Amino acid sequence: MNILSKIVIPLFVVIVIFYGFKKKINVYDSFLEGAKEGLNITLNIFPAIIAMVFAINIFLDSNFIYFLLKAFKGILDFLNIPIEIMPMALLRPVSGTASLAIMNDIFLNFGPDSYLGRLASILQGCTDTTIYVLALYFSSIGIKKIRYSLGVGLFADLVGIVMAFLLTMLLF
Amino acid sequence: MVNYIWIFLILVGIFFAFITGNLDTINNSILTNGKEGFDIVISILPIIVLWTGIMKIAEDSGLLQKFAKLVEPLLSRLFPSIPKNNPALGYIASNIAANMMGLGSAATPFGLKAMKELQKINKKKDTASEAMITFLVLNTAGVTIVPTTVLALRIAHNSLNPSEIIIPGIIATFYSSFAGLILDYIIRRRKK
Repeated sequence: MNILSKIVIPLFVVIVIFYGFKKKINVYDSFLEGAKEGLNITLNIFPAIIAMVFAINIFLDSNFIYFLLKAFKGILDFLNIPIEIMPMALLRPVSGTASLAIMNDIFLNFGPDSYLGRLASILQGCTDTTIYVLALYFSSIGIKKIRYSLGVGLFADLVGIVMAFLLTMLLF
Repeated sequence: MVNYIWIFLILVGIFFAFITGNLDTINNSILTNGKEGFDIVISILPIIVLWTGIMKIAEDSGLLQKFAKLVEPLLSRLFPSIPKNNPALGYIASNIAANMMGLGSAATPFGLKAMKELQKINKKKDTASEAMITFLVLNTAGVTIVPTTVLALRIAHNSLNPSEIIIPGIIATFYSSFAGLILDYIIRRRKK
């Protein structure tokens, strides 16, 4: 698996460049043209990233999420859901770095092979930073009305989170 | 919608810090936040520029269109509104493939290009099209086969069996993507 994931990118680059060479296009000029486009794309998302990081960090630094979880501790205990995993589950749609940092904490405190460690690993892998991706992708092309996309995206994440809980309980 | 999320995060954060007497942290956070956002942009900029460059070669040589044709039978069912041989299909396919391999940072430029192509065939330029929403559902459900970051972190923490989470991860991902696509499909049907 490790070798496989290491060979994917170099192989991909070789195929793309060799195919361009075979089709007799000016590979270098194409690259520069595309790279220029990439620069514009990044400039377009620059303000959205600054805005999102600003809001997310204020929210995280206020520790509001831990306050909220304390209020629901009774229900979580009843459902046999460890409270340590909840900040990660709640933050996963918003920030990949934040949930990764919490996973790192869980590995440090409980070990990667504990129930919590496995649960965190599966959770991180099967969901994505939905809110962040939506904001980034839509703002890059100037979409203002995002319609039902956020609801469907968060629903998919919720299913992923529930499945991660069930599978960790069933399989390990 | 993003508007409301943004307002919510900031107001709740500052208000809560205010009533818990945590203003020092928030002060610090507001002042240093800009730099963190800047650092993120700077760290993804070279990757996006590099990969849009490489993908432009694939587009100009016709490789991308060839790849799109290969996966078209599958994708055209999910995206009935995208015309045949549209480069958007190629970028969508590349984005999903990169996500599957756990190459999240390589997937982003493909995804942004896909959105750009989808915007070209979008009738209302300020409103998300159906194809965009389906694509983002597929994208954010995170179809991952090799979760590279998680594996790396598990190995770093001396896990006895770092890869044991791959199969449950694939099953969970399958269900979340499937659920998202079904809900998306139902909503699309209802709107017609």
